[in-house]
Amino acid sequence: MNDHWENMARQGSRFFGKMTASLSHEIKNALAIINEKAGLLEDFTLMAEQGRGMDPKRLKSLAGDIMKQIQRADGLVKRLNRFAHSADEWVRTVELEEALALILSIAHRPASMREAVLEAEPASTPLQVTTKPFLLENMIWACIEFFLSENQKRIRLIPEKTSDGVRIRFVGDLPLPESSGLLFPGEAEKVLLRALGAELRMKPATGEMVLHLPKGP
Amino acid sequence: MRILLVDDEAELVSTLTERLSFRGIEADWVTTAEEALEMAEKGSYDVAVLDIKIPRISGLTLKKLLEERHPKMKFIFLTGHGSEEDFRIGSAEAGEDYYLIKPVNLDLLIEKLKEITGAKA
Repeated sequence: MNDHWENMARQGSRFFGKMTASLSHEIKNALAIINEKAGLLEDFTLMAEQGRGMDPKRLKSLAGDIMKQIQRADGLVKRLNRFAHSADEWVRTVELEEALALILSIAHRPASMREAVLEAEPASTPLQVTTKPFLLENMIWACIEFFLSENQKRIRLIPEKTSDGVRIRFVGDLPLPESSGLLFPGEAEKVLLRALGAELRMKPATGEMVLHLPKGP
Repeated sequence: MRILLVDDEAELVSTLTERLSFRGIEADWVTTAEEALEMAEKGSYDVAVLDIKIPRISGLTLKKLLEERHPKMKFIFLTGHGSEEDFRIGSAEAGEDYYLIKPVNLDLLIEKLKEITGAKA
């Protein structure tokens, strides 16, 4: 395997691991809450058997809490499934807004661990791009991760049409250091950019980074 | 025995707190490291039960901060990560006996709480 492919494989594995670990952590949390709520229900039942009254409102509220967590876990599994299947085809036409929504829905937890909020703005028209979806998701995450490392607390992703393709503007709430261009993209991201035929431009003064993607074949 | 539960999942720690109280264990809960440090100043807790991953700082860092201020406080860690590798790394730092994986086994948590504080079963 040459360096190029090895770098891409390493970057891809790291990204896939990070995203699936984050989702599985959230699923575990939902299951842990269901476990405690069910345990509390059992506690109430045992107390009722010992002659202590049960409040029907409390039971109803507990059942509602459990259902809410089941819905949460179901949503997480659906995201995990969509993410896993996004690697099914090496090249395909994707709706850019859908790709952004998927990554943001997975990346919100690692972002919230750093007290950051991720937002995707709606595009004015549907934006399609024929690309390598898994690599695109990987690149979007790499850009978000860079913003997080710069302590940006609100990161907006703005998809836009260009004359020869599409672009995603990453806008933080703080200016980026003038040296940003030296820090990012690193070697791993440069490999991704080459594989996507994409370009990255930094605008440190406005806290902005722009990822340009060709429309594809 | 007084316990402080720290996890960013409020529904988890609030329910655990209620279940512990049914078993005669007094507990309070918070969802951030800042709140944990503040609560620890006000209350006299024997044990802090910490999620290994809380916003901004890790549970291990929070343990060090609490330990500096309250040297007698003991610690139990909770984690949502279930891999063998995570367990190996986490337990090496926290001590295998006091590193529990979510969903929490309440009986095991109580057993560890009693063990760590020397309370009678």
